[in-house]
Amino acid sequence: MSAYTEGIITLLMINAIAAMGVCLLTGFTGVFTLGHAAYMALGGYATAILTVKYHLHWLPAVVAGGILAIVVAYVIGIPTLKLMGDYYAIASIGLGEAIRLILENWQSVTRGARGYPGIPTFTTMPVAVGFFLVLAFLLFCLLHGSYGRMFKACRDDHIAAALLGYDTARVRVLSLVLSAFYCGVSGGLLAGFLSFIQPVMFDMLKSTELTAVVVFGGLGSLSGCLLGTTIITLVTELFRPISQYRMLIYGAVLVIIMVLRPEGIMGQYEFGPKLFRKLFGRKAPAQERR
Amino acid sequence: MAFALELGGVNKFFGGVHAVNDMSFILQEGELAGLIGPNGAGKTTIFNLVTGVYDVSSGHITLFGEDITNHKTYEVVRKGIARTFQNLRLFASATVLENVMTACQQHHRYSFLEACTHLGRWRSVEREIRDRSMTLLERVGLADRADQTATTLPYGHQRRLEIARALALEPRLLLLDEPAAGMNPEEVQDLNRLIQKIHADFGLTILVIEHHMELVMEICPHIVCMNFGALIAEGDPEHIQGHPEVLKAYLGEEVEE
Ligand SMILES: Nc1ncnc2c1ncn2[C@@H]1O[C@H](COP(=O)(O)OP(=O)(O)OP(=O)(O)O)[C@@H](O)[C@H]1O
Ligand SMILES: [Mg+2]
Repeated sequence: MSAYTEGIITLLMINAIAAMGVCLLTGFTGVFTLGHAAYMALGGYATAILTVKYHLHWLPAVVAGGILAIVVAYVIGIPTLKLMGDYYAIASIGLGEAIRLILENWQSVTRGARGYPGIPTFTTMPVAVGFFLVLAFLLFCLLHGSYGRMFKACRDDHIAAALLGYDTARVRVLSLVLSAFYCGVSGGLLAGFLSFIQPVMFDMLKSTELTAVVVFGGLGSLSGCLLGTTIITLVTELFRPISQYRMLIYGAVLVIIMVLRPEGIMGQYEFGPKLFRKLFGRKAPAQERR
Repeated sequence: MAFALELGGVNKFFGGVHAVNDMSFILQEGELAGLIGPNGAGKTTIFNLVTGVYDVSSGHITLFGEDITNHKTYEVVRKGIARTFQNLRLFASATVLENVMTACQQHHRYSFLEACTHLGRWRSVEREIRDRSMTLLERVGLADRADQTATTLPYGHQRRLEIARALALEPRLLLLDEPAAGMNPEEVQDLNRLIQKIHADFGLTILVIEHHMELVMEICPHIVCMNFGALIAEGDPEHIQGHPEVLKAYLGEEVEE
């Protein structure tokens, strides 16, 4: 396998880990976010500083990055997720910008806007694939069972969920901290892949892309979010040579999908027998309302 | 002996609207009681106050001797209340079975670690949740619809599903908000039998809101009647039927219509 292909696969795995995090929060719990790149930044910088300055082994450094993201998400989530509605989405924009500004201006620790160089390149393809497989397995299991039903209940109807005894604010905070962990780990792996990170890599555009991928793949479908990540990552990479048109093509792909399939590529469906029935079976009986 | 539910001087204002006006009543443990009144009388608001969806403006509410005034919804529910909704609130993306499982799993739990690995008790507890939920679906006659998306069910079935979901919480007090709305007379008869059977088999206290007086008269030995947010009569069906205030409330409404 060429180094180029390996690089693309590694990047794909890193992007997929972050997208899974956003998928849990936005797709399954119904909380919109426009600032999840901030958690990637936290993970990335924590990993960079711990490995370069404190010579920590990369594995605990990446995990520490994820944990830092959890802590910040918890502090932001407690006040904003108590309220229903899009308070968190607005707060997340603020969070994204605040983190970026701190990274740019806290020169002594983060080395500012010019970026953090010299990070050991520990994120080889097997490492990235390994992380992806473990995290995808854990999330898949979590979503198939009590927790998955609980998240979806809070998304579908928070009043009905509360009347089944769920503390919906706590459920949303749980979903947020888990999703922040995924993004933090993804950021740490990205640092170890590029060996150099910069605040601008984790800007509003990156956050928007993360949410777009999830909407694009289908809200509430883990496989849809992975398919979405694959398409977006490939489009972004394949058109790198003509990079001045890249955003144009990326935009066009998004528009085409949203026009043809507004519920996202996969809708609510996962790859499996249910999707098969939906595609090739008889139509479900129409609503028989009186 | 503790009462199942006690409202003491409960008031609720929505801005200038006095939706509930000094309501007091008591439900004995194990009762099957009815709450009736014309449109806009404040019946649903009573349920919303009891379940903590809204806070009371004044007054107090006690559940099995424990004060639950202005407690959070999930706290009240965990103390043993379950309810259904006048405007159905099923989980739209879930199947019929999953709707019930979402409630049932509150009493059959596994740890977070078991949840994200499917190890340990996961398999056996999931089976328990599924089996128990299926049993409840059989009770309300929806077992053959288990895998259908909940909101594609006919209206009457959706109401039954809400009852099954509420029962899955294993409540001590069940509040039913117009369970017969949108049903034809035959379905209403089935529903009445179902409610009576549930009441007998599960040994719980039930308060059912009904817009149509005749239905409640048939199954509820204890009836609370309200109008314009206030209590106007309380007692057994005969007492209610002959009560001049009740007749006036319902007659007045018919004249308006
Ligand atoms: N959230 C709210 N905000 C403002 N007013 C409300 C609210 N909920 C209820 N009301 C008002 O309170 C009064 C009682 O409403 P409620 O829904 O309790 O009546 P109801 O007895 O359940 O009537 P129905 O038989 O039509 O269901 C009505 O005048 C209604 O407009
Ligand atoms: Mg009502």
